[in-house]
Amino acid sequence: MEETAEYQSVFVGAARQKLDDFLSIYPTRRAALLPALWIVQEERKWVSEDSMIEIAELLKITAAQVKGVVTFYTMYHKHPVGENFIQVCTTSPCNVSGAEDVVKALLEETGCGELGATSPDGKFTISEVECLGACGFATPIMVNDDFLENVTVDTVPGLVARYRDGEATA
Amino acid sequence: MGYPHKPDARETVILSEYFGDAGARTHAGWVERGGYKALKKALDMEPVAVTEIVKESGLRGRGGAGFPTGLKWSFMPKEKKGPHYLCCNADESEPGTFKDREIMRWTPHALIEGCAIAQYAIGAEICYIYIRGEFTEPLRIMQAALDEAYSEGVLGDNAMGSGKKLEMYIHRGAGAYICGEETAMMNSIEGFRGNPRIKPPFPASVGLFGMPTTINNVETLAAVPHILNRGAEWYNGLSLSNAKSSGSKLLSVCGNIRKPGNYEVTMGFPLKDLIYDLCGGMPEGRTLKAVIPGGSSVPILTKDEAESCLLDYEGCVEAGTMLGSGGVIVFDDSVDMVYQIMRLAKFYAHESCAQCTQCREGTAWTVRILERILAGKGTQDDLDLLLDLADQMTGKTICVLSDSCAVPVVSGITKFRDEFDAYISGAREPVLTHG
Repeated sequence: MEETAEYQSVFVGAARQKLDDFLSIYPTRRAALLPALWIVQEERKWVSEDSMIEIAELLKITAAQVKGVVTFYTMYHKHPVGENFIQVCTTSPCNVSGAEDVVKALLEETGCGELGATSPDGKFTISEVECLGACGFATPIMVNDDFLENVTVDTVPGLVARYRDGEATA
Repeated sequence: MGYPHKPDARETVILSEYFGDAGARTHAGWVERGGYKALKKALDMEPVAVTEIVKESGLRGRGGAGFPTGLKWSFMPKEKKGPHYLCCNADESEPGTFKDREIMRWTPHALIEGCAIAQYAIGAEICYIYIRGEFTEPLRIMQAALDEAYSEGVLGDNAMGSGKKLEMYIHRGAGAYICGEETAMMNSIEGFRGNPRIKPPFPASVGLFGMPTTINNVETLAAVPHILNRGAEWYNGLSLSNAKSSGSKLLSVCGNIRKPGNYEVTMGFPLKDLIYDLCGGMPEGRTLKAVIPGGSSVPILTKDEAESCLLDYEGCVEAGTMLGSGGVIVFDDSVDMVYQIMRLAKFYAHESCAQCTQCREGTAWTVRILERILAGKGTQDDLDLLLDLADQMTGKTICVLSDSCAVPVVSGITKFRDEFDAYISGAREPVLTHG
């Protein structure tokens, strides 16, 4: 694997400094792999194969080893996603509290239509996720890095509108 | 659950005292509330004496297994041949459980103090706090508290002026339930896929980066400063039923319940009183059908079993289940047990690391067979097949994720057979079109 010609490195300037800080807290370079992938995702919103190669070179491991890790952990995006990536918990405690109805309302309100698809305006992608660890606040959802609690069918239109307009914060 | 949460008079408020009190989040606020006294005290003692106090307190692991904490610490080699490590397990993802999140959100310094004491006791200069990737708010709050702990001299080369070095770092997970399994967590910190490791060797001899390591849950570690402050005898005396279970326990109550949230009670508290008194009982017009009292990996209780269950390690075993993580999932009479058991199996199928055949194949086939039943295409043989599969998935794999998937299937078919029969006989309309 080789980086494509037009690829711009992620690990320059502040991002490189961040990685160096992580490298200083572990006894091996490889241990900085998960943090390195987080840095890439913060900078580019997803992890491309080019970025995997860049990380592999920095951490002195193979690109296949990086890819093996990227594909294991669900939070790293292997493809570009909509401007707002929405994850809805539908595991049992939320499931009996109406989470599947929240999913339906979100699919309709955003125009995504189906799970994993990006809305025609490019603003949203929706995914069901397993337990978000906030079962007493059903239904919890994540929009990008925002963690929202107690989402119901009734609160869906308002929250979608806020994120569509780009003015939302948790 | 709204904050501040006014605790019920029957709660034993220790860990949750400052839930909802944002003032407790800063170093100064924590010191004002009596924080870091326990760490100071510990640093003036011999490490082995600290471990002894924790042993005498009867504190047991709050992550699920209930292993005696002091005993676990005592497995660490006394003579150091290289670095020792502490991992704080904050990868809270067991369905039904949301207690560690609240500890980190409201009392980050309680966790830092607990970790620091444990580090000192086991000779670990470095602690990694492994926080699940989705916990963006706890991550932010913990990082701010850690930065402050360093700048205030609690941590660093000369922790609290003791001359001891204590370092603590956050390692962010990235969406994998299995990383809450201690050996998978170590692999994840080392930059590998979160595959559990075969034991032995146990982490206390060959752990993180091949060195002696102890892994403790957030709630366990947060209890340690209280034990140092108030004494082992006090903690050991907190017990309503069986003397082998002591202290307070945070119970995360969720599902079909009027007042979901975290409730802190003394070990041995009746499940019935938790549900009906503290949590206000079932939603309007509903009755109780079933309870999973310790996170999704423990056997399901029927209404009758739940109403006589005492919430401690022994009491739950006596009721035919386990205290686990204390995630209490309540199901009312509107719940389709077959569907929810399928949904739980789906969780495990999604979270299997796919290392062991029994788990990789077993969890996926369990879901498919349950979906077939829910689509109205199941037969009585399918139930036998599910039970046989569950047997093949139990006690045969590197970790217990596979067993955990089998648990709700077996207890579900055994205790709610009529609901399965209804789909198979056609008495109940199919709810799935595929399967």
